Amino acid sequence: MLSFEEFLNLEQPYGLNKLEKNKLLTQRLLDLTRLHKDNCLEYARMLESVNFDFNKVNSYKDLPFLPVRLFKELNLKSVADENIFKTMTSSGTTGQAVSKIFLDKLTASNQQKALVKIVSSFTGSGRMPMIIIDCPSVIKNRLMFSARGAGILGFAIFGAKSIYALDDEMNLNLEAIREFLDKFRDKKILLFGFTFMIWQHFYKALKNNNLKLDLSNGILIHGGGWKKLLNEAVSPEEFNKRLEDVCGIKSVHNYYGMVEQTGSVYMECECGHLHASNFSDIIIRRAFDFKECAIGEKGIIQVLSSIPESYPGHSLLTEDEGILLGEDDCPCGRMGKYFKVLGRMQKAEIRGCSDTYAASFK
Amino acid sequence: MQQALNDNLNKIKFLTGNAESLVNINKIFAKEPFNDEIINFLNDLSQSLILNREAKNYSDVVTFAFWIRKSSSLKLKERFYDKNNLSLGKGVVFHVAPSNVPVNFAFSLASGLLTGNANIVKVPSKDFAQVNLIVEALNKVLSDERYKALKDYIYLIKYERDKEVNDLLTGLCDMRVIWGGDNTISEIRKSPLNAWAGEVTFADRYSIALINSNYYLNLDLNLKRKAAQDFYNDTFFSDQNACTSPRAVIWTGNKINEAKKEFWRLEHELVKNKYNFQDIQAVNKLTSFYILAADKLNVKLENGFEDNLIMRAEVKELELDLMNYKDNSGYFFEYEVKENILEIKNLLDNKKCQTLAYLSDDVQELKDLIMSGLKGVDRIVKFGKTMDFDLIWDGYNLFAALTRIISFD
Repeated sequence: MLSFEEFLNLEQPYGLNKLEKNKLLTQRLLDLTRLHKDNCLEYARMLESVNFDFNKVNSYKDLPFLPVRLFKELNLKSVADENIFKTMTSSGTTGQAVSKIFLDKLTASNQQKALVKIVSSFTGSGRMPMIIIDCPSVIKNRLMFSARGAGILGFAIFGAKSIYALDDEMNLNLEAIREFLDKFRDKKILLFGFTFMIWQHFYKALKNNNLKLDLSNGILIHGGGWKKLLNEAVSPEEFNKRLEDVCGIKSVHNYYGMVEQTGSVYMECECGHLHASNFSDIIIRRAFDFKECAIGEKGIIQVLSSIPESYPGHSLLTEDEGILLGEDDCPCGRMGKYFKVLGRMQKAEIRGCSDTYAASFK
Repeated sequence: MQQALNDNLNKIKFLTGNAESLVNINKIFAKEPFNDEIINFLNDLSQSLILNREAKNYSDVVTFAFWIRKSSSLKLKERFYDKNNLSLGKGVVFHVAPSNVPVNFAFSLASGLLTGNANIVKVPSKDFAQVNLIVEALNKVLSDERYKALKDYIYLIKYERDKEVNDLLTGLCDMRVIWGGDNTISEIRKSPLNAWAGEVTFADRYSIALINSNYYLNLDLNLKRKAAQDFYNDTFFSDQNACTSPRAVIWTGNKINEAKKEFWRLEHELVKNKYNFQDIQAVNKLTSFYILAADKLNVKLENGFEDNLIMRAEVKELELDLMNYKDNSGYFFEYEVKENILEIKNLLDNKKCQTLAYLSDDVQELKDLIMSGLKGVDRIVKFGKTMDFDLIWDGYNLFAALTRIISFD
């Protein structure tokens, strides 16, 4: 089996071109498909149900993809219970089913290593003073990691010394931040948080109180989706500009990622494009027939990751829509696909006499 | 008291009728079932709908218009009304129509009227063109001098989920008719009925289709196309999410493979031309399929087409809980009967099984199946007829439920 080390040993996290990537990723993802088939009964049955044939796979594009919602409905794992090191859950709203992702030590560690490779190509290596734009309580329960908590703990590895920007009532801790900035005056500062939290509790708190901070030497990484911000009609450009207005920050990078494939995140480059790293890829598919979309065509985002060994999540069909912008030719110089995320797919409007809210989930 | 009553009345939007007369609905006299006044009124409403150019775009409105024609009402009268009995409507019927079947409220209202009752009908709160069309036509006919007296018998209302309003309306009625689903029923049941009042509830149900492969293959191409259209009306027309929509297709006979191929090819052609496909349906159906495949043995995805319009899950066994895995918008379980039709008993021997739609000439086989003592199956109808409304529905005789017979010795 092709080891994940092969990917970690590559010097540049965005160095593989289309051909090289297809070769390496196809081999690894085929190996993972075999591994999960042998170790996860449900997954084996799913492959069987679609008459999956290993011999017919020419590229990772031919592999089956599991809809992400399956991780809410089923407990899918490829390791024995005693080897489960932690279980991550998606941060669903109350009453909704949440995804359960089972990690063993190896997969958890590979997630962390991949994340370090990817992110440090933007931040430079070495740890930085870090401001986490969230509240401390979000990571309290370490046995059940929510997506928010997992994100914070994942990124915390880049922080030398870190503070939380918000208290548990989500108030901005201005004094602590100022003190922190004063202490690390000449250092590059890393800021991390979830897009909506940053907008709601950081940007608005500064803006509404006419406060300013000097983060001109900072780099902000944020993720978690634009859904809530779209309701407030805030575009990514607007987001960046408004933040610069209140704290002078120039280096802002969004990322696309999900709890079902932690580690292999898709970072936004200087040109505003999300990029697939060596560790993973996306395929945009048409809903009508699941065929691959052309560049510029809107479709459903399939995500593939070389990391997951403890659960069969290496090829997933998300419920997000996106557009492939190009491959190997982004002006930023990174190899691989670059794309845009448009947001969640529209919910179905279904006729019929069954209660709609009962019908959508069993 | 008065204030509370007014507050609750203020939550109600009246499409027909008003609050002042609604609170006096108990003072209205019940009528004789199938009396001429009602039959003529419905016939005029039918005319008005049939002549309406916009209504022609909605086959469900047209179907309703036909169902309330004089000739059709007279046929019902012949079937249900026994002139040797002295009978009257129960009094006041409170109907709760389903939120996403546009025309069901109208059938429910017509049933209440034909049986001689005054009616309070909660129509879907969602804005349906069909609802507006029918309400508009109804109000127009009702404004005719001849039908002035009927105004007190018809209240079409909308309100958001509200227990206090449910309490108020339930307190006014002698019969309550709830058109599901299960959640709505349990919600409305929190409002207690008057001691003498009764209730008819239509719970969540599922339906199935049965095709005899030999019979099907013997049809000429026109009839095969008609079967495809009928099946479309039974399923895709309501996103395969009505309780009457078949979720499974059972195949009998000994030419199953050939028949399947032809049947689904023609169906697919039709769906491709007519169905308004929503992207997320592809993801939903694939999710449902994989959940089934993960839990059960020997499940196969039968597609055969290059797209996601129709997704078929072939099962080798019909387990009791199969319908827990059902989905809509073109998602079908398929099962081939190997030797004996009783193999499908599991699927039907269940209170939740409502309609069996058949495309077969072996009627005896179906009768034998039912008479084996099944708990489920309340209707056996030909393809294309699953949505046809009748006063016998879901195993209830609505005529009997909404009238009373006065014994007179």
